[in-house]
Amino acid sequence: MSTTLNDTATVLSAQGMVMRFGGITATNNVTLNIRKGARHALIGPNGAGKTTLINLLTGVLTPTEGRITLEGQDITRLAPNQRVRRGMVRTFQINQLFDSLTPLQTLALVVSQHHGLGLKWWQALGRNRQVAERCEQLLAQFHLTEVMNQQTRVLAYGKRRLLEIAIALACEPRVLLLDEPVAGVPAGEREELLQTVAALPADVSILLIEHDMDLVFSFANFMTVLVNGTLLTEGTPEQIAGDPQVKAVYLGHGEEATHG
Amino acid sequence: MSAQSSLLNSSRFKAWEPVLWLLAFAAPALSPSHALIINEIAIVALFAVSLDLILGYTGIVSLGHAAFFGLGGYVAALFAKLVMPDPLVGLAVGMLAATLLGALASFTVMRGSDLTRLMVTLGVGLILLELANKLDWLTGGADGLQGVVMGPLLGRFEFDLTGQTAAYYSLTVLLLLFLLLRRVVHSPFGATLMAIRDNRLRAMAIGIPVNARLAASYTLAAAVAGAAGALMTQTTGFASLDLFEFHRSADVMLILVIGGTGWLYGGVAGAIVFKLMQDAISSITPQYWTFWIGLFLVVLVLVGRERLLRPWTWFKRPSGGGKA
Amino acid sequence: MLTLLFDGIAYGMLLFILAVGLAVTMGLMNFINLAHGAFAMAGGYITVLLMQRLNVPFLVCLPLAFLGSALLGAVLERTLYRPLYHKPHLDQVLFSIGLVFMAVAGVDYFIGSTQQIVQLPEWLKGRTELGSDGWMLGMGHYRLFIVAVCAALTVALQYLLTRTRFGSQLRASVDDQRVAAGMGINVNIVFLSTFAVGSGLAGLGGALGAEVLGLDPSFPLKFMVYFLIVVAVGGTSSITGPLLAALLLGIADVAGKYYIPKLGAFIVYSLMIAILIWRPQGLFVRKGGK
Repeated sequence: MSTTLNDTATVLSAQGMVMRFGGITATNNVTLNIRKGARHALIGPNGAGKTTLINLLTGVLTPTEGRITLEGQDITRLAPNQRVRRGMVRTFQINQLFDSLTPLQTLALVVSQHHGLGLKWWQALGRNRQVAERCEQLLAQFHLTEVMNQQTRVLAYGKRRLLEIAIALACEPRVLLLDEPVAGVPAGEREELLQTVAALPADVSILLIEHDMDLVFSFANFMTVLVNGTLLTEGTPEQIAGDPQVKAVYLGHGEEATHG
Repeated sequence: MSAQSSLLNSSRFKAWEPVLWLLAFAAPALSPSHALIINEIAIVALFAVSLDLILGYTGIVSLGHAAFFGLGGYVAALFAKLVMPDPLVGLAVGMLAATLLGALASFTVMRGSDLTRLMVTLGVGLILLELANKLDWLTGGADGLQGVVMGPLLGRFEFDLTGQTAAYYSLTVLLLLFLLLRRVVHSPFGATLMAIRDNRLRAMAIGIPVNARLAASYTLAAAVAGAAGALMTQTTGFASLDLFEFHRSADVMLILVIGGTGWLYGGVAGAIVFKLMQDAISSITPQYWTFWIGLFLVVLVLVGRERLLRPWTWFKRPSGGGKA
Repeated sequence: MLTLLFDGIAYGMLLFILAVGLAVTMGLMNFINLAHGAFAMAGGYITVLLMQRLNVPFLVCLPLAFLGSALLGAVLERTLYRPLYHKPHLDQVLFSIGLVFMAVAGVDYFIGSTQQIVQLPEWLKGRTELGSDGWMLGMGHYRLFIVAVCAALTVALQYLLTRTRFGSQLRASVDDQRVAAGMGINVNIVFLSTFAVGSGLAGLGGALGAEVLGLDPSFPLKFMVYFLIVVAVGGTSSITGPLLAALLLGIADVAGKYYIPKLGAFIVYSLMIAILIWRPQGLFVRKGGK
């Protein structure tokens, strides 16, 4: 399944993914290929199984059937934390943060872990210059510098959301899976978040789950539509926008897909 | 303040810390008649601090921490009786035994909910108690091990009835292990433990090998608890089943909660308060100490743990904050 | 061997009645209540005191033990437990340990620490033996009585849970509290009555068990582990889970103590740990359950 042209190389490939819980088939034979440098969006109505798919990709769920390869290597059996070390990082739809730590401590911890310092028990967390500098960079990039010393649990929702994404970036991902990054973010703070997502490096491959069609169409160069755990169709935004099947699915749920 | 200095700030020694330790070390000299209770406080503080590592920093609720305390204690006592009476070697051997048990038992706390973990830690504690009871040819059973006589510390300091040597011995071990744990909790490794405590799912999602860290934390805590147990039997001269009793595990949790979890000094503060309270109340109602402890626990939880050390919050309505 | 099996079943059924309240309240309120044994102790002492001081017949004491413990449970739920439902588990553990300490010390103070003897009525003493030699089944009449009462209660509980409106309200609240409240179910009342019934059953179990298990102030501490084993291994999503777990535990304990007395309780604890590591959610939980 590999190609020789760099710009169309598949960096993450999930083939024939099936997930059954008891009597329910949440994911029905889904094949998803993410190209290097992709701006790939995964859309579909609520309950389509998008988050389940992310959970399968990251290893939180073990698939009933299917195979996952990351940069050519089979990772189907790999534990979640090992996939992260190989460069596949995700964010969560509902913030998963470390409430008693400050943003600075959180990022320092993540960066240290990523730099292989996670086992260092004799050196203080702030001792490493490089770690501290990277933290400053990230804090600035995500507009968290002013709140860097406040406990995460007292931060406003928008800042928490920014931190959620910052944590993923601190892992230096090669493949980034964003699960509804602007969900619940007040209109005033969406811009900050959107700009930061748009400014991510071009060689980072991104899979974005999102309901906000404006964001999806301005961001994505490729889209996959998931309905009831099954892959409906794939294509460029123009193709998807003009696809009658997709329109039916969305019009049936009260949303419109006529953008871009 | 730059990021680096902010981070380093929390690991810097505060001004009152050396003062506290100086006072602690001066106490047996200033008040020789209290050397015995100072010794006890130091031992209990060490035990509580070891629990803080797994409870306060890693989030493992354990009702069986006495298993390590007791094992360290019995092994050190047996070592003194059967092999050699050198206290430091005995201490090391006791710690080693507790470390091994901790490593083994750490598999039991990796999976499951809080209740499951409570159960398995309780179960491990009870198994150790049963073992000590049943292996009475080794442990003396219900009678315990008497006549544990220690050799001189470092070849020079005899353990005498005044308890001075004992107090200084325990205080030194407490200080050294405390400093070690202090380094650990302020390190990147310590930060990963706190991450696991706060949000295990996210910890995994940022690449932390959660099970391995849990095992490491649990094993280290077991080692330190074993040291406390060894100190106990070495300085009191006997080992009894009481070391493994559920009471021990429950008391040490209470001590830590009184002092406050998650800041290491909570174990020390709690030990001081608890022991002094115990002394005071026992002289009034020796038999019904458990009742007052129970009442204290109930009130403590109803009022709110975080408000214990802040009396001005006792009569205010709890605010909507709390856990986010 | 058959006798052992019978004794184990009797013990198991008793454990079930003692622990079922804990299983349901844990599943319902997600509250770790280590003081459950205190309610059992209350029932036991109510029975003993009524019989000794007021000459109340044994059979009459049983429902009184149930009612007394249920009332105690209801009062405590409303006043002390309810504010603590959303507190972290550590706080709940500390709180319930505190209650146990108070109960144990209180009973010790007011009644004394000696073992209480229960004088069974004549018709419950005695024993029936069926078969012979290796296949003999010896059934103490009291144990038969226990099995009968507990079996009847189990059937009644199952009926209550599956066939009554209260039962479906309870199950709805266990599944999802907020949705249940949104549907108009008074969750507070459900909690209160469930806790009361659970405590009442524990009290009844304590009364029934006083003769078999012994009764002294350390009862809650001694048997707390067993109750928790039943709940942890049996799961909190049904009552058949705890029932099977209790039976398993009863038989294992009786058989263990008979065949390998040296190791006794050791076997039970190790088995429990092994089971919980293998299946942290409990042995008998339906897939996808809590």
